[in-house]
Amino acid sequence: MESIEQRRWMRFASPAEFYPLAGRLVPVFIAVAIITAVIGIGVGFFVAPTDATQGEAYRIIYLHVPVSWMSMFIYLVMGFWAAIGLIMQTRLSFMMVHALAPTGAWMAFLSLWTGAFWGKPTWGTWWVWDARLTSELILLFLYLAIIALSAAIEDKRRSDRACALLTLVGVVNIPIIYFSVIWWNTLHQGASISFSKAPTMATTMLWGIVLMTVGFWAYTVAISLLRCRVEILERETESDWIRPHLRQRAP
Amino acid sequence: MALIGAALLRDLRLVARRKTEVLAVLVFFLVVTSLFPLAVGPESTTLSRIGPGVIWVAALLSTLLGLGRLFSADYADGTLEQMSLAPSPLITMILGKITAHWIVCGLPLVVLSPLVGLQYGLPDEALAVTALTLLMGTPILSALGAIGAALTLGVRGGGALIGLMVLPLYSPVLIFGSGAVSAVISAVPIAGHLYLMAAMLIVTLVLGPLACVYAIRIALE
Repeated sequence: MESIEQRRWMRFASPAEFYPLAGRLVPVFIAVAIITAVIGIGVGFFVAPTDATQGEAYRIIYLHVPVSWMSMFIYLVMGFWAAIGLIMQTRLSFMMVHALAPTGAWMAFLSLWTGAFWGKPTWGTWWVWDARLTSELILLFLYLAIIALSAAIEDKRRSDRACALLTLVGVVNIPIIYFSVIWWNTLHQGASISFSKAPTMATTMLWGIVLMTVGFWAYTVAISLLRCRVEILERETESDWIRPHLRQRAP
Repeated sequence: MALIGAALLRDLRLVARRKTEVLAVLVFFLVVTSLFPLAVGPESTTLSRIGPGVIWVAALLSTLLGLGRLFSADYADGTLEQMSLAPSPLITMILGKITAHWIVCGLPLVVLSPLVGLQYGLPDEALAVTALTLLMGTPILSALGAIGAALTLGVRGGGALIGLMVLPLYSPVLIFGSGAVSAVISAVPIAGHLYLMAAMLIVTLVLGPLACVYAIRIALE
């Protein structure tokens, strides 16, 4: 029974099975993303109270915290797919790594960007060499390295596996980088800004963040599935199963 | 062990035939470290404060220079493929080559670093700690960098790509290496830095070559 159940899931490792499934899932996730993001922004901007110390400026938290979480979460997911791909030799896993990387880089960039906008009114500066900012910056560099490597190697099979290996090397290194940066920061006594979120965060604030996180998560799923479908189309143009899908769209 | 030695000797012999490449790395190290005083001014207080960091960043960049050469010639003429087909495990060859890279691009920096440190007006014990941390850190740079070198084999524009891939991974070594020197200047215990560097060295020397072998197999397919 279990093996049948397993096989039913493994079926989707084949691009031919995955392509229509992803096509059906994308609208669902886009709908989830739009609904939660609209409600989340509504809660964040109109329902949640003004912060006692930071005033209205804190409201960028509803963008900043979700994108920061997603930037880290996406790297873990990429590491998962990279490991699956290298162990099971499934093409689709590599395509997922490939599809997730640009969104991850985008989230890391947005995290730094919104962080700068938050830092200016509250800390009085666009940028401090704080441990979290620095490690987020290094995370962005790691994403860019993976994207650059995948773009530089023309042979798809090699590019897939090279990127998966680089992703895994990064997964091993991220905790080391993170803790070394924290230690570096405390040693240098640089910016002594110890920013901690309000200990008693209003429930509505928390709900705003949760809704926005679900929204960004659903957006990430939708956009990476879309990117994966494009990747499949590009790579499988020669195969038979794809013809009906192509003809469907052609006028 | 004998195989590692053989690979090491072969690479060293190859380098000895083209001495300018090695010397270029060393001169590059000296040039980079000489540029900083020109940029920030000759005040000795500033220089002694940025000295450890400058030496370490220059060391990172210098080891990067040698990485492009690490496997590329052997990849281009097919030697690497023959090595991977040989009955002896590929990792022995890789370990030999990484060691050779360290002897050529890492060890000389350890020897030169006190000289540069003097130019930056570092105190005596800081000179010793600079050399010590470079001695522990440069093998990490070679082993981690070898992964990047293997991943970019035969890729156009590989040089800049290696830097983009490897330099973020180098950041912990940079932090603890230059941190130890700064700590000794401000009379703070440095044992913690050294233990962490030793831990990173062991982990990198064990896992790095394995990842490197895998990367080379990917490139050779």
